[in-house]
Amino acid sequence: MMARLTGLLGREMTLAYRQKSELIQPLIFFVLVISLFPLGVGPGPQMLQKIAPGVIWVAVLLSSLLGMERLFRDDFSDGWLEQMMLSGLPLYAVVLVKVTAHWLTCVLPLLLISPLLALFLNLTPAMYVALLCSLLIGTPLLSLVGATGVALTLGLQRGGVLLSLLLLPLFIPLLIFATSAVDAASMQLPYNGQLAIIGALLLLALALTPIATAHALKISQN
Amino acid sequence: MWKWLHPYAKTERAFALCSKLLPWCWGGAALGLTIGLIWGLAFAPADYQQGDSFRIIYLHVPSAILSMGAYSGMAIAAFIGLVWQIRSADMAVAAIAPVGAVVTFVALFTGAAWGKPMWGTWWVWDARLTSELILLFLYLGVMALYQSFEDKQQGAKAAGILALVGVVNLPIIHYSVEWWNTLHQGATITKFGKPSIAPEMLWPLLISIVGLGLLVAALSLYRLQSEMIRREMHRPWVQAMYTQQEGQ
Repeated sequence: MMARLTGLLGREMTLAYRQKSELIQPLIFFVLVISLFPLGVGPGPQMLQKIAPGVIWVAVLLSSLLGMERLFRDDFSDGWLEQMMLSGLPLYAVVLVKVTAHWLTCVLPLLLISPLLALFLNLTPAMYVALLCSLLIGTPLLSLVGATGVALTLGLQRGGVLLSLLLLPLFIPLLIFATSAVDAASMQLPYNGQLAIIGALLLLALALTPIATAHALKISQN
Repeated sequence: MWKWLHPYAKTERAFALCSKLLPWCWGGAALGLTIGLIWGLAFAPADYQQGDSFRIIYLHVPSAILSMGAYSGMAIAAFIGLVWQIRSADMAVAAIAPVGAVVTFVALFTGAAWGKPMWGTWWVWDARLTSELILLFLYLGVMALYQSFEDKQQGAKAAGILALVGVVNLPIIHYSVEWWNTLHQGATITKFGKPSIAPEMLWPLLISIVGLGLLVAALSLYRLQSEMIRREMHRPWVQAMYTQQEGQ
């Protein structure tokens, strides 16, 4: 089974690699949203440093929403998902593989580009480390919960706006703890507590959302 | 559990149960809300600190408790619908969501109106207020998801999963005043232990909580009945019911 699942992961990565524009567009969106803020609120370094954690995290949420539909939409419309359900592989394992691939291809680039944003928004090194930690622990949570949302809206013709309506409220707790970790770092306070809570949320999501997603996929196939 | 639940998988049995419960719920709600609110708003003693403006507690606390209660009810219905594939439970999810959303809105609104004289502001980004706002968004999400499906059966199942995912928010709301020590005051009534409120103020509060609870139940049951009729319009039992009524 492991071999089949790694084969699946390879397939996902290849597919993503061949649709480069879909990967790059959310990335450009991310950088654009972030660069709007210095223009909108004024380029004062103190001000930027103050709003940076919130701005970066909100931009991460929005741009991850853009790429989220890719998670199941194509596989649903060309029937691959149905074949997967018949394949005998446990559906939650398939879901986990899809989410991993999505995180590696859609979210990891955002993390890789984040040093640039640290320069844009005048982050201190301590804040940047905290930001990176919160992104590393927090973004898999986005992909996991997002997968459930996408699976729920699969049966709909136009699920795009609805998807954000469903998912954004669920992302609020993550946003609160992640930005408060970076804020704490900016005041040279320890931020292990916030990271631990995000980690706990991640573990909870890792255990439960694949089941919910698998079930939602079954419903969407009807 | 199964034996008890099983007969209500048939929608007409569930419909009959609703019809049986409804008069009690309406009556109890009218009685409880009248007594509780009049007692609380007119006769209970004024608070030594907050004066008469504390009286909004008789709307605020019941609606806040019921906003979470309705959500738990909806989640339980969703769970039953998913596990035992009982259609009436799926319909109950769709029936409860708007009622819960309204109650949540009332809780937020009365809270804001109470916050203005006491805290000097309509809204603060306090943990409890924020989590209650998320609860409202969750209700709206469940409603939106249900509405956007053409196939209501599929829509109700999807909405049920979303409702179950949102359950994580309930303990957060409940413990928010303990975990984060913020502007919103702590719990006044606890199930165990002595409440930190005078008995003359407590009784009307409890009565209005029960009254509003019955009102929420009545509205949900009523909506559930309408939902059953709307979805099973083509089924013989609905047609039989209406032709019987016309014949009388």
